[in-house]
Parts: sequence; C-alpha cells; structure tokens
Amino acid sequence: MRAELIVIGAGPAGLAASLAASARGTRVALVDAATETGGQFYRQPATGLGAGRPEALHHRWRTWERLRDGLAASSVRVLTDHHVWCVERKSGGFTVHALLGPEQQEPAEVHARAVLLATGGYEHVLPFPGWTLPGVVTAGGAQAMLKGQLVVPGRRAVVAGTGPLLLPVATGLAAAGVEVAALVESTGPGRLARHGRALAGKLPEGAGYAARLLRHRVPVLARHAVVRAHGDDRLTGVTVAALDTAGRVRPGTERRLPCDTLAVGHGMLPHTDLASGLGCRLDGLAVAVDAEQRTDVPGVWAAGESTGIGGAALALAEGHIAGCSAAAHLRGTAPTPAPAALKARTGLRSSAAALDAAYAPPAHWPEQVTDDTVVCRCEEVTAGAVRDALDLGASDERTVKLLTRAGMGWCQGRMCQTAVAGLAGCPPAPSRRPFARPVPLGVLARQHTQEELS
Amino acid sequence: MNPLEPAGARPGPAFTVTFDGRPVRALPGQTVAAVLWAAGVTSWRATRGEGRPRGVFCGIGVCFDCLVTVNGRPNQRACLVPVRPGDVIGTQEGTGHEGADHDGADDGGDGHAG
Ligand SMILES: Cc1cc2nc3c(=O)[nH]c(=O)nc-3n(C[C@H](O)[C@H](O)[C@H](O)COP(=O)(O)OP(=O)(O)OC[C@H]3O[C@@H](n4cnc5c(N)ncnc54)[C@H](O)[C@@H]3O)c2cc1C
Ligand code: FES
Repeated sequence: MRAELIVIGAGPAGLAASLAASARGTRVALVDAATETGGQFYRQPATGLGAGRPEALHHRWRTWERLRDGLAASSVRVLTDHHVWCVERKSGGFTVHALLGPEQQEPAEVHARAVLLATGGYEHVLPFPGWTLPGVVTAGGAQAMLKGQLVVPGRRAVVAGTGPLLLPVATGLAAAGVEVAALVESTGPGRLARHGRALAGKLPEGAGYAARLLRHRVPVLARHAVVRAHGDDRLTGVTVAALDTAGRVRPGTERRLPCDTLAVGHGMLPHTDLASGLGCRLDGLAVAVDAEQRTDVPGVWAAGESTGIGGAALALAEGHIAGCSAAAHLRGTAPTPAPAALKARTGLRSSAAALDAAYAPPAHWPEQVTDDTVVCRCEEVTAGAVRDALDLGASDERTVKLLTRAGMGWCQGRMCQTAVAGLAGCPPAPSRRPFARPVPLGVLARQHTQEELS
Repeated sequence: MNPLEPAGARPGPAFTVTFDGRPVRALPGQTVAAVLWAAGVTSWRATRGEGRPRGVFCGIGVCFDCLVTVNGRPNQRACLVPVRPGDVIGTQEGTGHEGADHDGADDGGDGHAG
C-alpha cells in the first residue's frame, strides 16, 4: 500500500496527527498493532463483548467520540492488526514493515514519503521481592484488561508504586467491583506541594479522583511502598511500609495487607525502537523533537509519549502539531497548527516535568531488592547475580547484560533495563533494538531474497 | 459486581475452549488471558529455569510473561491472542517445545529474531 504519510500508533497522538494531516489534504495511512483504534487511553472493549456503555470505564469520553467520528468522516486509511517491526528509509520515502494479526507471522508493507511515530509507551516497574508472582500485574496492565476485555484479576487488590496512572487504576478497579484495600503511593504530599504551581492545572482532575477514592472507601497510604509480595504459586498478600523523607523504609512500620492482586507501576517509559532503528536522536530515553515535532531524520516526525511521558492531553496537542507540520512539508507550505494546541503543549509539558520530578521512585529502592529477587523476568537473573557482575567490575547495564544475560530474553530488556541500571548506580542508557517486535526468520529470509533479486 | 455490568456488555453467545484439558467458558472478542482470568486462573506458564508460575504482567504485549500454548503452538502471548471456539489452551512448560504437539503446527517459538 502507498500513502503520503504513515502514522504509526492510533492512540491520542496518532489520531490527532492523522486528522490534522488529512484535513490539510494529505493521504494518510494510520497503522496500529491493536484490533481497534484508541491506544492506551481510549482503549476500546473488544467488539464481540457488545459493550453498550463503554464510557462507564473511561474518562474524557467526549474527546474520544470527537476523534472517532472525525476519523470515520475522514479519508484516513486505518490499518489495524499491523505490528510494525521496522521502518526502513529508502530513496524518496520509507517502507514500514509489519506482521499481521495476533499470530504475527504474515508480513505486510506500507510505503510513504513521510512517517510519524506515535507509538506511546509502556509501564515501568522496579523489582521487589515477590514481584514475579502471578497476581502481581502492572497497574496499566490491569487497566488495559479492564478497559479492553472487561475482566478483573481478582477480588481484593492493592494498587501501588508511584505516579498519576495509579489514580485511574484504583478508581477503575473499584468501580468494576474489586475491593481496593489500599492505594500505596511512595510520593508524599509535601513533594507534590513543592511542585504546586506547575501542577495547579491538574488540581481539578486530582480532586475528582480524591472524591472517587473516598466514595469507594479506598484508603490512601502516601509516602508508603510495597516492600514484598507474598505467596507460593500465587499472590496472597503484600507487606507495605512507611518511607522517611529520604525514601528509606522506616523500620517497624511494616504491615501486611492480604490481597489476591497487586497492580503496581513506577511511571512509564517511551517506545523508541522504531525511532532509534531509523537513526533518530534520542534525548535521554525519549525521541528528540523540535518545535514542529520533527525528529532529526528528515521526513520523520514523532508525537505523544514516544517523545516523553506527559499524558493523553499532551499527546493530543503534540499529535495535532506534528500532523500539521508533516502535511505542510509534504505540500511545501508553512504549517498552520491551531494556536490552542501550541498553548496547551507549553502548559502541559511544564506540568509533565513537575509530575515527573514529584513522582520519581524512592531514591533508595535498590536497598529493598534482596539478592534472591529476580530482576530480569525473562532470563530469571537475580539481583544477586547482577551484584556479582558488579563485583567483577561491570559498571554499566551493557556489561551486566553480557555477564548475566539480564535483558537478553524475549522482552529485550524492556522490563529490567532501568532496574539493572539502578542497581549498577548509573542512569539507564537508550537501548538499540534492531526490531520492535520478534520477527519470524522466514519473514527476514524472504526480505533478503527480494533485496538480492531487485 | 462484574465489569461486564457497568459497561453494559451484551456479548455474543459464549462458547467453550479447554485449558489443560478442562472446559472453560469464553466470550467472543476475549483474549486467552481474559478467558483464563475470568475463570479464576492467573498462571499458565512455568519458567524455563526454575519452573516458576507466570501469567499476565504488562497486559499489552511487551513483557512476554504470559506465553502460553494454543492449539499446539507454544510461545503465544495470551494477552494478545483472541480465542476461537474449540481452542485447546495448555500450560506452557519452559520453552514449550518439550512434549509439544508439533504435527502441522508451525510453532512461533523457534526461528524468531528480535
Ligand atoms: C497499559 C497502559 C494503560 C494506560 N491507561 C491509562 C489510563 O487509563 N488513563 C490515563 O490517563 N493514562 C493511561 N495510560 C497512559 C497513556 O499511555 C497515555 O496517557 C496516552 O495514551 C498516550 O498517548 P499516545 O498516543 O502517546 O500513546 P498510546 O495511547 O500508548 O498509543 C500508542 C499506540 O501505538 C501502537 N504501537 C506501538 N508500537 C507499535 C508498533 N511497533 N506497531 C504498531 N503499533 C504500535 C500501540 O498499539 C498503541 O495503540 C496508560 C498507559 C499504559 C501503558
Ligand atoms: S502480559 Fe506482557 S506480553 Fe502478555
């Protein structure tokens, strides 16, 4: 298939970008791995479930309706069930390589003059004893299963970690009938207050969640952390403890909460594989973009969480600006984004920075990671093995990986990278993964043959 | 309460799949992970090294903790794969290749680069 602009990712950022570009006369193909558009924030219940009131489990539904109806009325070609594993730069444009459907065996290609990466992010979880037990899930994962599949993982849950995502997860689970025994947030109210000015715009949203937590009688334990999950084959409870102002566990404050589910998260990390495969510069762990959301590779734009974590409203603003810019460059004109989007981006970026600083995981979390705690879930590498590698002289995650295999498994370090870096006492370095998805060797071999023939 | 209620869900007719030989009720559109969660099952894999149980972790296809065998094919991500009537789902032991039914099944485990 051929388009002028391929947008990868149909979350808030990709939807806003596709609509803006197509409204400006660009032929857009919108590609997503999921079976429905919406991304993480507007994740839709599977069609077969026949949800009559899908809005009950969502917030800001009106915005979704506007995006959905706009998309239906537009000329955007929507390609769902396309798992993109690589974007290739060719003379005069780009080829997007995807695998079709849930089994991801059949290849498909889409060609265009420009690409816009709106691939979002995934949840960050730092290890602690017991975090591999069934019943322990990421907070966003619990939310995704609830919104998309209308199932909950258990009857009594603890929601824990740090960050704004814990609020919709705790209230969402409670609204779905799960008893939420506690919301355990490692950040204390003082740290939020210190960033009060930049967060002022977030106050009404925060107050709304506070009211819902109260209504569902969810106790909030601020400046607390889950220090251990208990159970043999399945989660039976967690131990929570209070933290001091430096983020260390206050001895004697540990107490046990029985539960069958722990939804845990420590913020989000951007998806940057496709961008780094294209050679785009990264800024820390996110794709670096200019004021028009352009990456440093000509013809490649990026928007939303892939350029830094900031929530759905920021993703919408960035997507709009990126879509306008891509359309203008394809036409050889000047971009015309809505001034409201530019203004929203400035405000939301500063509150995102403040949230990021306020919700940093406790500085001393590695002290809670016992030697027998699994750090790399795929390769079953323990913290003890990582520490042995550090004793042998490894001083960064790459050397630890070579000595222990941490990060070499199925997920390619997505789940353990920041933890290994944290144990090594260095900042996580952006990783270069050649493919964004596992690719059958048969598909690669076919690819190679075609190239040799052409 | 059950989350189908607040969402006003009127799913199509339920059907049956099996998990480790026993029948489990499934709804159209559900993934393998959702069917198992709804049946109260939270683990369906034993790790290669220690044989430890695992199930859903990230819920969105990133962590590969939820690998499972479906119709003889190991290493399918339960959180992504939708069920079909009659599917035979089985706990995956290790890499899923020992004792797996290879007949006619092009398994997704070998021959992946990534
Ligand atoms: C599991 C999870 C649940 C969340 N739930 C909430 C919530 O309930 N409330 C809230 O405020 N925030 C939530 N968030 C935060 C949310 O990610 C953002 O606020 C917002 O959705 C970001 O928008 P985006 O457009 O940048 O990315 P996303 O909404 O994440 O959209 C990215 C899209 O790109 C697609 N994609 C990624 N890589 C590829 C690829 N290689 N090939 C094809 N398609 C690809 C994905 O399928 C996805 O649809 C959640 C995050 C996660 C990870
Ligand atoms: S739960 Fe993470 S890949 Fe399925």
